[in-house]
Amino acid sequence: MKSTQLLAATLVIGLSSAAACATSSSSSSSSPMPAADMSTAPPSPDPRVGLRAGTMARWPKDTTKKMIVSPAAETQWNMRLLSNTTPAEPFIGVTHSDIAFSGPYAIQGNYDGYQVWDISNPRNPRLHDEYVCRGSQSDVSVYRNLVFVSGEAPSGRLDCGLQGIPDSVSMERFRGIRIFDVTDIKKPRYIASVQTCRGSHTHTVVEDPNDKSNVYVYVSGSAGVRSASELAGCSALAPDQDPNSALFRIEVIKVPLAAPATAAIVSSPRIFQGLAAVTAHAPPPADTAGRGGLGGRGGAPGAGRGGAPAIRTGPTQCHDITVYPAIGYAGGACGGYGLLLDIKDVANPKRVGAAADSNKSFWHSATFSNDGSKILFSDEWGGGSAPRCRVTDKYEWGADALFTLVDGKMTFKSYYKMPAAQTTMENCVAHNGSLIPIPDRDVMVQAWYQGGVSVFDWTDAEHPKEIAFHDRGPIDTATAGASGGSWSVYWYNGVMVSSEIARGLDIFELVPSAFISQNEIDAAKTVRFEYLNVQGQQKMVWPASFSFSRALLDQLERGNGQTPAKIASARAGLAAAEKLSGQARKDALDALSKQLHGDAQGAAMAPKAHKLAYSVGDIAKL
Amino acid sequence: MSRSARRFPAAALALLALFALAPAAQAQASVAPSANSPADVHFMSGMIPHHAQAVVIAGWAPTHGARTDIRILCERIVVGQKDEIALMQYWLRQKGEPVPAADAMHMKMKMNGMEHDMLMPGMLNEEQLAALDKARGSEFDRLFLQAMIAHHFGAITMVDELLASPRAAQDDVVYKMASDVYADQTTEIERMEKMLATVPPLPTRP
Repeated sequence: MKSTQLLAATLVIGLSSAAACATSSSSSSSSPMPAADMSTAPPSPDPRVGLRAGTMARWPKDTTKKMIVSPAAETQWNMRLLSNTTPAEPFIGVTHSDIAFSGPYAIQGNYDGYQVWDISNPRNPRLHDEYVCRGSQSDVSVYRNLVFVSGEAPSGRLDCGLQGIPDSVSMERFRGIRIFDVTDIKKPRYIASVQTCRGSHTHTVVEDPNDKSNVYVYVSGSAGVRSASELAGCSALAPDQDPNSALFRIEVIKVPLAAPATAAIVSSPRIFQGLAAVTAHAPPPADTAGRGGLGGRGGAPGAGRGGAPAIRTGPTQCHDITVYPAIGYAGGACGGYGLLLDIKDVANPKRVGAAADSNKSFWHSATFSNDGSKILFSDEWGGGSAPRCRVTDKYEWGADALFTLVDGKMTFKSYYKMPAAQTTMENCVAHNGSLIPIPDRDVMVQAWYQGGVSVFDWTDAEHPKEIAFHDRGPIDTATAGASGGSWSVYWYNGVMVSSEIARGLDIFELVPSAFISQNEIDAAKTVRFEYLNVQGQQKMVWPASFSFSRALLDQLERGNGQTPAKIASARAGLAAAEKLSGQARKDALDALSKQLHGDAQGAAMAPKAHKLAYSVGDIAKL
Repeated sequence: MSRSARRFPAAALALLALFALAPAAQAQASVAPSANSPADVHFMSGMIPHHAQAVVIAGWAPTHGARTDIRILCERIVVGQKDEIALMQYWLRQKGEPVPAADAMHMKMKMNGMEHDMLMPGMLNEEQLAALDKARGSEFDRLFLQAMIAHHFGAITMVDELLASPRAAQDDVVYKMASDVYADQTTEIERMEKMLATVPPLPTRP
């Protein structure tokens, strides 16, 4: 939809909305439920290879956009597509981006705005609201009654219009963070526009445990600095020439919760400063060892613009920052580095560690393991537009790099990449994902654009292993560079929700397999968040439940951590106790807990066996 | 379920009022004509020969005795920039514009009715190309890194020039390409400067 006159457009849409009915359509996966695959071997040959392509054609209502005419073939293993929902009309043929969650709602960004879906019934998501407001890439976050949206492209307008901005300097341009009040989520109110020199490619909402009256937003972006005539104070000079340079820093916005419309930048930490000093003498030089290790740079003056020597102080910006307030750290994926930041002073993050890796092109985002003992950095080599999962593309390129994190020190362990070769017609590289709350394990679901969705276990950081996937064939083979696939996929309250760049909203569930038992899935579903921004990692805590104890039992069995007889006896004990109620149940559980502690002595996996015993005691306390 | 209307943000209205702009008139003035943006076309077609030269010289790394980390970088430049050439060619084709060949080494520019072969910012001239092609081992490493750093800075200049032009990068594909070039190449410049600092200096003549 092209509007030339915004107020008129509002009127027209207002009128048409009275007549129009639902524009979203939903299709549940009609395939019969496959029998659970209990084999530990991945399907061979890999069914993702050679999937039939779909086709796209110009959308009759707006020929500048393309729509899907025939869908590509799809395949899945150990997970199941519950629904695929096509976008509302204004978003057809426009890139869908990141997702945030609040209560029953999934807020899905799009280069032209955002949509709010009610996903209470994951088989049939309902469009709750659509908000047209151009400005890629519309990275979204939510905090209580506030929604934050990133804007970076020069076509973004303060008035949300779709017509773009022809002037290279314009007071109508918006690049930064838009803030919406969604107290009534059906009627978002656009309350503030915090402009930044480089716009916002992504952002991260950070809660300060010591400051309940404000919330903070770390702004990341890799675009150039705009003119000072457009936004006063913006400077693209090197910091040694202008201490106010917008390069080599991130922005921190403080949002007073009592008056969010007054949100403003409070600091611009130069977290890259001194990277050279930290590592000036660090071997191996320039990652000649190839893998991991300490980052940094030699600090030599290189050829600058116009031949002048440029003293660079590390990357000029971060792509994405994942904060984990529970452990006081953030992982910054910043240019050629993975940075570890101390965020105990939320408004003034400090760098405490850095990693570089010659196999990594562009550090994209970070995920901590729940216990904070590991960190994963993805590499979005080529920016997501390119097919980087061809058979000729190296496994360690455009992949995840896994590190252990001990006392603030990152140590490289291995790479993980979605393993199925994709065609040259499928844009594919590591992208956004989240942890799945399987107790005691590090399991993650991750988007790989047209490489589909991959679920993998990285409990053993040296040997990550894929355990489930979903993939579709190329969206269209007639269109070189037809962009599609999963932008981000996140576990939220029992399901995996994926923002499909071209195909809308996908929702998946896990299917029990040799790798994940039904009890583990049930235990994962007991972890509930009121809201979720994946870049603001929340600690997963499992409430006491029969599922949780049974999940631990399943893990003991899978790992040969306890004798089969003792496992059978524990299962019988749990089943018997579950049938009881009141004091009788408590007594039975206490007795079982005591017995399990006894059993744990000498078990091959004694710590987990004790944990099981405690977990049963915890059910007794419910 | 009914579709809710797009709401006009009060904050934006207030801001527009602040600048005493009539929103309707302003919006009308901003309507882009349907013709392609010359700045976008210039950027996308100029970046093809720019990338093509990078593909050629990075392709020399294995045969010219480049050290391991530089070979890895070069291999990634070859793959990465070839893919981007294909995307830029596709975009130009879709827009009905002339499409430079994937191995074009010059930008064809019309000036005063005459067609000229132009080098885009940061590209090596024939002499520099020949010198690099002759170098081996650490001499190649040094010359290559110096050349490619300048070459990448040239690409960033092209992005800066694009974004400073009227009607530029309103198209999402162009903006994405420009920001990917900016992000990838600033990252690589930093990586190459780090590498350059570890290349042995030129032997001093007695």
